[in-house]
Amino acid sequence: MTDDEKKKKPLITADEKKKKQLMTRLIPLIVFLCVSAFLYIGLFRDATVLESTFIGRPVPEFALNDLVEPELQHDKSVLTGQPMLLNVWATWCPTCYAEHKYLNELAEDGVYIVGMNYKDERSKALRWLEELDNPYKISLYDPDGMLGLDLGVYGAPETFFIDSKGIIQFKHVGDINPRNWNGELKAIYEQLK
Amino acid sequence: MKKLFVLMTLMLSFSVAAVIDVYDFETEEQEALFRTLTAELRCPKCQNNNLADSNASIAKDMRQKTYNMVIEGQNEDQIVDYWIDRFGNFVLYKPPVTLGTAILWVGPGLFVLFGGLIIVRNSRRKVSVETDERDEELTSAEKDRLAKILKDSEK
Amino acid sequence: MIPEIGHFSLIVATALSFLLAIYPLIGAKINHPGMINSAKPLAIMQFLLMSLSFAVLAYAFATDDFSVGYVATNSNSLLPIQYKISAVWGGHEGSLLLWSLTLAIWTAAVAVFSQGIPKVALARVLSVMGMIAIGFNLFILLTSNPFDRTLPYLPLDGNDLNPLLQDIGLIFHPPMLYMGYVGFSVAFAFAIAALMAGRLDSAWARWSRPWTLIAWVFLTSGIALGSWWAYYELGWGGWWFWDPVENSSFMPWLAGTALIHSLAVSEKRGVFKSWTVLLSISAFSLSLLGTFLVRSGVLVSVHAFASDPARGLFILAFLIAVVGGSLLLYAVKGSEIKSRGKYSLFSRETFLLMNNVLLIAALLVVLIGTLLPLVHKELGMGSISIGVPFFNNIFFYMIIPLAIALGVAPLLRWKKQEADLRPLFKQLAVCAVASIVLAVALPAIFADKIKIVAVVGFALAFWVIITSSLEVYIRATHRHSFVSGVTKLGRSHWAMVLGHVGLAMMLIGISATQNYKIEKDLRMLPGDEVVFADYLFEFERIGEANGSNYEGYKAVFNISKDGKFETVMKAEKRSYFAQRSMPMTEAAIDWGVTRDLYIALGEQLADDSWAIRIYYEPFIRFIWWGGLVMSIGGLLAVSDRRYRFVNKRVAKAQSLGQE
Repeated sequence: MTDDEKKKKPLITADEKKKKQLMTRLIPLIVFLCVSAFLYIGLFRDATVLESTFIGRPVPEFALNDLVEPELQHDKSVLTGQPMLLNVWATWCPTCYAEHKYLNELAEDGVYIVGMNYKDERSKALRWLEELDNPYKISLYDPDGMLGLDLGVYGAPETFFIDSKGIIQFKHVGDINPRNWNGELKAIYEQLK
Repeated sequence: MKKLFVLMTLMLSFSVAAVIDVYDFETEEQEALFRTLTAELRCPKCQNNNLADSNASIAKDMRQKTYNMVIEGQNEDQIVDYWIDRFGNFVLYKPPVTLGTAILWVGPGLFVLFGGLIIVRNSRRKVSVETDERDEELTSAEKDRLAKILKDSEK
Repeated sequence: MIPEIGHFSLIVATALSFLLAIYPLIGAKINHPGMINSAKPLAIMQFLLMSLSFAVLAYAFATDDFSVGYVATNSNSLLPIQYKISAVWGGHEGSLLLWSLTLAIWTAAVAVFSQGIPKVALARVLSVMGMIAIGFNLFILLTSNPFDRTLPYLPLDGNDLNPLLQDIGLIFHPPMLYMGYVGFSVAFAFAIAALMAGRLDSAWARWSRPWTLIAWVFLTSGIALGSWWAYYELGWGGWWFWDPVENSSFMPWLAGTALIHSLAVSEKRGVFKSWTVLLSISAFSLSLLGTFLVRSGVLVSVHAFASDPARGLFILAFLIAVVGGSLLLYAVKGSEIKSRGKYSLFSRETFLLMNNVLLIAALLVVLIGTLLPLVHKELGMGSISIGVPFFNNIFFYMIIPLAIALGVAPLLRWKKQEADLRPLFKQLAVCAVASIVLAVALPAIFADKIKIVAVVGFALAFWVIITSSLEVYIRATHRHSFVSGVTKLGRSHWAMVLGHVGLAMMLIGISATQNYKIEKDLRMLPGDEVVFADYLFEFERIGEANGSNYEGYKAVFNISKDGKFETVMKAEKRSYFAQRSMPMTEAAIDWGVTRDLYIALGEQLADDSWAIRIYYEPFIRFIWWGGLVMSIGGLLAVSDRRYRFVNKRVAKAQSLGQE
């Protein structure tokens, strides 16, 4: 800005200038408060939960053996035809143990659940089902976790909500318990129909 | 689940120690590609580890799958896309340029731009009022005080 | 009984910090000498009680008092004694107590060593530090009490300290880092006190500067130490991972670095005061933000402490009170800051301010890069990761203008360069050519390929070194011969030179390792040999190697080059009794000026061979040596005679001339 230009400009009063300066100096505070709001929300969220990229997408192609009858092979058709839950579980996963009892209850209530035994040993998995009861209509056996990778599974338990067309509508990470089932999961399951 | 997590992480939770898998590669380019990919892809289960440094079982699977794809001759973009398709953008330590992430580049860029403008403007304005009384670096009171400090400390 | 003494003294210390926060401040307001003078004894008493409290906790660790819950989770009777002591700050509660103790140390130090400062001003400063102490002491007492008992169910033995923390580097890393973080509270307190009083003159900058420098030295060495520890202990051969926790320490460092430069200008020339105040507030605010990020669990990090929303909520409330309050004060009272003095475009002021802008832009990159994943997810746009590739790339572009301006600034004069800039440009052109020649020569000598990215890094480093040398030469020969002139340069002048050369050394180290590091994973049987980066590695033998609280293996390698024996390297793998699921790597490192050789021992494979990882890391030591040189520079600046406050006569002259 040259001196000439400066002279042409109308003089700003001292008050206006002060006000403008105050607004400038308020910027750091405003930015800080906005950041704090996000930090506050962050406190009540589990930062480790990852949303699924499969929502609205069909189940990928796969060929897996049955857990109980090793010679039986399943493909993606077992995951279509009716609303269902695909529950990823393993015997090495303590949270799966915690949720298993409730899955039995859900199965008794008529919820259609397909199990996917993930990176596990067949004998251990069979003993687990024998001792704790089997809530699964069909049990897929994925010992090297390759369907798991294709489904973006990164731990157990995870539960996929699949509609009758075989489209994944929702994924829940962590155990299913009476609280979250009655809270929101049940409604999501009902909507699959 | 959460409680268990808290129990497990009562101490500083470094979930790390060197992981060394030995893979055989046909060419140096493949090995270099594998190294780049495992360094830039993130283990989805871990605290904050790339595939190369993680011991988690999912990281091992992902390394194996990445290795297979490298050996099959897929290029970097294909392999990265494969993982993003399954785990989302989270899996890559290089964020995509979108409206949501633009601030990463735009924010600091604008700051430098405005900072530069203000510096240039201030330096010009100050020169133009050269004869101003405020030209003095320090007020006379301050000068006296400084002189006193300096005099005393040199004794 | 003894742990209760520690708890009790912590409570009394908290009560004292309340008194310290209120009493002297009111005294300063109503000009009551007795109340003003109470600040110093209160600060000292607070320090003594905090020390007692900390000593009690250390004693509980030393005597294996597992009735204290914190001791039981972080120690073990088999732990060697030096690690029992460092385990005091190995967990959340104890590290917070260390933080509070550090604050008490700084407060007492300011009280004792600030005799040159008018008592009223000092009373305000100590009061502000008292307010910060309230927050942290209450945080410990209400949410994270390290003295809580496990009674009546006393465990037989403790859980043991995380094996990764059982290391000499980790004994010193946290205290250094905390001294740095908390040290910025002094600059913060000086700025707030000055805002409260409405007195922001050059004297304020002069008082604040030595404290800020000391804090910066601690933070610099603390970060360098942490990076060195990660390098040799984690077995990845890396030295910086851009993890949120690392970023949390880097942000206050960037703000602090900008601050020490800006303080220098404010002190010498009376300009940029408003900016300096904002930086003083920012440096400490970012330390607090770091504490929140590390301890609240909002971000996913490798080194995070156990997450607990109650704790997070407390720190967040405290953060908002301290940072929000001070930024509000800044907004309202900032108009009273008057900067005098003028400077032209080609002046040292302009270039220093430019570097300040670039440093803060770098800070913004780290800040946004650390927080954006959180915001992005909360806005429902999905999870993203921001890590090494992003930061490395953007920092490469940011360091270029920074290093160039950093080389030019010391060569310019304050206020205004003489009208004819041509001689200066001529000198700079020679420096630039010399830097580029050296930058190409370096990789031509030690590596087989010349990589452009590395050349840029080396050129910037040489640019800084050459321009710094030129500046020393010009300054020394200004009035004297070179030899007598060099000895007449002040300590703070050498401080600047060392600070910049330290950065140049880091640049050399970073450019070399990032571009010429070689890494190889191998399958080896004892007796096998491999040639790697011109060295012959012979895997001689492997045997058991057990310690008091672990068992493990030790692999022995003979290294030779060109048929000549060089050294023996021993890599270990340990399994600690208390945490068998997490085997630890003790890498073997053969260090040298131009390169490190690094061997990490992995698992035993099916065919009896071992997985071995070898790194060749050229010039990596320069990274930490650079940090060391920077720290020495900072210490030199503090020791400059202008800052010897203890001089009684100065004190007298000051208090006479003021208020």
